[in-house]
Amino acid sequence: MIERRSNPVKTILLYAALLAFAVFFIYPFLIQISTSFKTDPDAANNPLSLVPNPVTTQVWQRIFGQTGDSSVPVTTWVQNSFIVTLVVTAARVFLDSLAGYALSRLQFRGRNAVFAALLAVMAVPGVALLIPKFLMVNYLGIYDTYTAMILPLIVDAAGVFIMKQFFDSVPVSIEEAARMDGASIFRTFWSVVLPMAKPALITLTILSFQGSWNEFSHFLVVTKGTPEHQTLVTGLASLTSGQLGSGTQYPLKLGTALLATIPVAVLFFALQRYFIRGANEGGVKG
Amino acid sequence: MASIDERPPDDVTASGARAGQVAAVSAGTPTGQAGAPGARRAPRRNRGGLRGREGAAGWLFVAPMIVILGVFLVIPIGMALWVSFTNWQGNSNPFQVGQGTDVVGLKNYTDLFARDGLTRDNFMQSIGNTFYYVLLVVPLQTALALGLALLVSNTMLKGRSFFRTAFYFPSVTSSIAIATVFLFLFSNTGAVNAFLALFGIDGPQWFTDSRGLLHLAFNAVGVDNPSWAQGEIFGRTLWDWLSGPSVAMFVIIFLVIWTTSGTFMLMFIAALQDLPVEIDEAAALDGTSRWQKLRHVTLPMIKPALFLVITLGIIGTWQVFDQIYVMGKGQPDGTTLSPAFLSYQQSFGNFRYGSGAAMAFVVFLIIVVLTRLQRYVLTDKDDRKPLFRLGGRK
Repeated sequence: MIERRSNPVKTILLYAALLAFAVFFIYPFLIQISTSFKTDPDAANNPLSLVPNPVTTQVWQRIFGQTGDSSVPVTTWVQNSFIVTLVVTAARVFLDSLAGYALSRLQFRGRNAVFAALLAVMAVPGVALLIPKFLMVNYLGIYDTYTAMILPLIVDAAGVFIMKQFFDSVPVSIEEAARMDGASIFRTFWSVVLPMAKPALITLTILSFQGSWNEFSHFLVVTKGTPEHQTLVTGLASLTSGQLGSGTQYPLKLGTALLATIPVAVLFFALQRYFIRGANEGGVKG
Repeated sequence: MASIDERPPDDVTASGARAGQVAAVSAGTPTGQAGAPGARRAPRRNRGGLRGREGAAGWLFVAPMIVILGVFLVIPIGMALWVSFTNWQGNSNPFQVGQGTDVVGLKNYTDLFARDGLTRDNFMQSIGNTFYYVLLVVPLQTALALGLALLVSNTMLKGRSFFRTAFYFPSVTSSIAIATVFLFLFSNTGAVNAFLALFGIDGPQWFTDSRGLLHLAFNAVGVDNPSWAQGEIFGRTLWDWLSGPSVAMFVIIFLVIWTTSGTFMLMFIAALQDLPVEIDEAAALDGTSRWQKLRHVTLPMIKPALFLVITLGIIGTWQVFDQIYVMGKGQPDGTTLSPAFLSYQQSFGNFRYGSGAAMAFVVFLIIVVLTRLQRYVLTDKDDRKPLFRLGGRK
């Protein structure tokens, strides 16, 4: 590029703008972290400060159930979050790639119709699904169970679409060889195709983990909202919207919110390039 | 034509998926063309032998998907459509007419538009609120995302991945967790008011302030509930329709722009990386200014990305729910009600499932109509297809 020989003033302005935006996006998280180590009065009196004064770990003791106060059962929520997220993610990655592979590779009558139906399903906005999900869960008699929380999430249309597009982009020759050697279709899929699909599988795993960990409205409509079936996110929502306890309790709320952010954040920093691919590799390749 | 469904079929991953969603929303019946790329890539081979078993295996492989999506998505939508024609209250079997459930025809729908009452008042207010919400969020988040992408795409930039990470991180976190943080930041004793106080500004009580921003602007020039704005549209005075987003809604608008810009920034970055360097250089040699280049070279070339971002923005914003649930449940004075939240409240709070379902379907329709309209407007004149078409693609 030619304009790169720009003058130093412009360069400084560029970095100043970038830094300002970085602060804009990061500072709320820093406030969140420090507030979780503050006392209630300190949080209210020094909301901008990043240094707790005095430093207290009371909130974290309460979150991890060390204070004997069970009005905010965070440990139960965390447990539920992990159960649901892990089961959904494992099932979703397997079933999505199974369906995606069939739609991409296997010749069967009605395949195009199935794919068209899949696209139509993807177009349905989630807002139109809250009451429908409740009706079906109610009808099946599984309201307020883990089954109701997990089963509807184990296949997602977008994930199937991602896998189909991925398999479309991989040459078919290696699988053909395996098939010629007499391996069954499932065996070929499991031992030859899936190992080659690692990048797409990681991306799908991340999207599934992030999606089901952060899921809110689905759990809201298929459970009663008792701690027994609350996840960290739905539990946090009831805490934040003032259903548990009195007073503002900002350090406790922000600490719990931080806990809800950590697993996805860890995954994000560990596997950042897959996140970015997840957000859009398509454009890069296009 | 810069259309989404012409993206190459080897679009892996989510934006491909989102693109599919967009294509499906805005193209109506996605038959034929949508199925074509796959078919083209894997030409029909002769059946029998190895291939013969594929039929059974194929159906077996897609069976879990069909069962789950069928049982928890397709059939339930049909059930909800049925419920929207009844007065079901939640305490009997909605599919057995007579025992506490009666078919009321289109009443749940007409109540939203034609019958004077609380339901219509709330619904129309939620539509008004969300209209301003979408009107502000979509352009601003698109502009911010594009601006950030242009900044980060500067080839000479050091620490590029740091900035990209910083801008993108809010997008991956839970909407509920972020809303919690913003409740604190914008609370009366929160960081935002403390920050404003540094400049001697006395910040408002954000979450209890129901004054509309446009009303405030009108008041500033001495106009307050004038006689010309007394006419009623769907039971609300023109003055009420002109309120603009309330101060409380403004916080939610700010929050959503802050969280989603990162995702859309990545889409723009990807599109910008695709631009051929020669064009850039040619533009520079021709002595075009930065602004001219952006306007006449860059923007036209990233039009597909722009289309994608705006469409996803419209689809997402009309459904705003999580943030509303945490940040006030429609308060103050109903100025943060969204149709999605109202539909939830009507069903699970007031046990008027029929009415709630009707609202959800109306929002669904609004989204379909808007994305098509937007597609029509953004498409070059010569490539325009009819806005609405009966039947499928040729």
